[in-house]
Amino acid sequence: MRLNESIVISAPPTLVWDYLAEPSNYLHFMSGITRWEVAGEQRTGLGARYRMLIRVGSAEVGGLIEIVEWDERRDMAWSSVLGVDQRGRWRLRELDDGRTRVELRFAYGVAGSGIPGWIAELVSAPQLGGHLRRSLRQLKRQVEHERMRADASQRRAERNLA
Amino acid sequence: MADQEGLAEQAKRNGGESGGEDGALRDRLAAFDGIARAGGSVVRAGQSAAGEFAGGLAARIRRSLTADLDDRDPDYIRESLPLTWLLTTLWFRGEVRNMGNVPEQGPVLLVANHSGGNMTPDTLLFTLAFYTYFGVERAFYQLAHNLVLASPVGQILRRYGTVAASPEHAQRALDAGAALLVYPGGDWEVHLPIWERHKVDFANRQGFVRLALDAGVPIVPVVSIGGQETALFLSHGGRLARALRVDRTLRLKVIPISLALPWGVNVGDLLGHIPLPAKITVEVLAPIDVRAQFGNEPDVGEVYDHVTNLMQETLETLAAERRFPVIG
Repeated sequence: MRLNESIVISAPPTLVWDYLAEPSNYLHFMSGITRWEVAGEQRTGLGARYRMLIRVGSAEVGGLIEIVEWDERRDMAWSSVLGVDQRGRWRLRELDDGRTRVELRFAYGVAGSGIPGWIAELVSAPQLGGHLRRSLRQLKRQVEHERMRADASQRRAERNLA
Repeated sequence: MADQEGLAEQAKRNGGESGGEDGALRDRLAAFDGIARAGGSVVRAGQSAAGEFAGGLAARIRRSLTADLDDRDPDYIRESLPLTWLLTTLWFRGEVRNMGNVPEQGPVLLVANHSGGNMTPDTLLFTLAFYTYFGVERAFYQLAHNLVLASPVGQILRRYGTVAASPEHAQRALDAGAALLVYPGGDWEVHLPIWERHKVDFANRQGFVRLALDAGVPIVPVVSIGGQETALFLSHGGRLARALRVDRTLRLKVIPISLALPWGVNVGDLLGHIPLPAKITVEVLAPIDVRAQFGNEPDVGEVYDHVTNLMQETLETLAAERRFPVIG
């Protein structure tokens, strides 16, 4: 099953990327996530691994994932190492007015699970889709809030200099 | 060769080739003899097949009562998780809380209350939760009654990590560094009558405390609610089991009586039943390091009381959250 959600954030890609690159932020903005912790010594970047879980139906589902693509300020993709098969991608594209279009793609399933697996994917899709939409809305709120704080801080600094 | 020629000559003298009446009679007798021999072969084949079947059954039961930890099949578990997830999500609206209380690694004894008759939806839900939380790679075993493992579903359960309940098997699993789920109340607690559904009743079986002490592993209590609303359980049938002596012959302490689908009155629950879609909630409590909490030579009874009281309090809290039977 493949899910795809997107949103436009009033902030440049750099700000969005910095927020997404920090693993400790995921518990704050990702809906349904019950665990997102660094596994191993590498905290971020290509090859970083995380243990993540998301509540879906009666279980917390997830496993160990690894960042498999890291194109700064543009694309970050991950793939599962252990647990339920999954592949996800953050896709950031700058719009003409300086805003950023953020797309979250998420594909999941259990290879070899047959018809029950296919039904489970269909049944879980609405709930997971809801998690993705809420996550993007929360990401937008958090990043735009960060931007407002940064702008306010800059204005204060300019006033003090004046 | 000489003997064969002699026999052929003898046959000739006896009219074997004469074609006379005596010869025809001998031919018919020989035919009957052939039929009889063929019949004998069929009977022997039948006896052999029956023997093989009985032998196979006995071997299967014997095998089901041994604990081959290698029977656990992570790939099979992984591929069947979606089906388990569908059942526990859609039918039982399952909810498992605080799985994070289970230590991340190392052997651990998970002590749970049991409910739901022979269908035990609490086990289904907790097993799913454990495997999705920690991954199918983490060794996880469950102890079950001999009869459960000897039943047709026993083979599936073995692949899920279920082994016959015995102290030796439990010790072996813990020694292997696995997480082990035990239901001290077992067949007694799983058939508690409906009016005792909010009661933790281990029937004073304290073996789990000794097991944790011997293995030096923490106890993690697991409390579930809702399973006892999947049918209208009326009686353990403990007296009936004693009267029929199945408590001695089959280690079966109960012959439960319930009202359940599709049977109506269900005696024994040996064929299982269609469980009502009761909401199942499971809560995992904080680990108990028995020696750290009760000293190096703890009183087993005191630890038993502590664990069961803790579980009883949690069960009552969970019961207070439920507004309606079955619906939850």
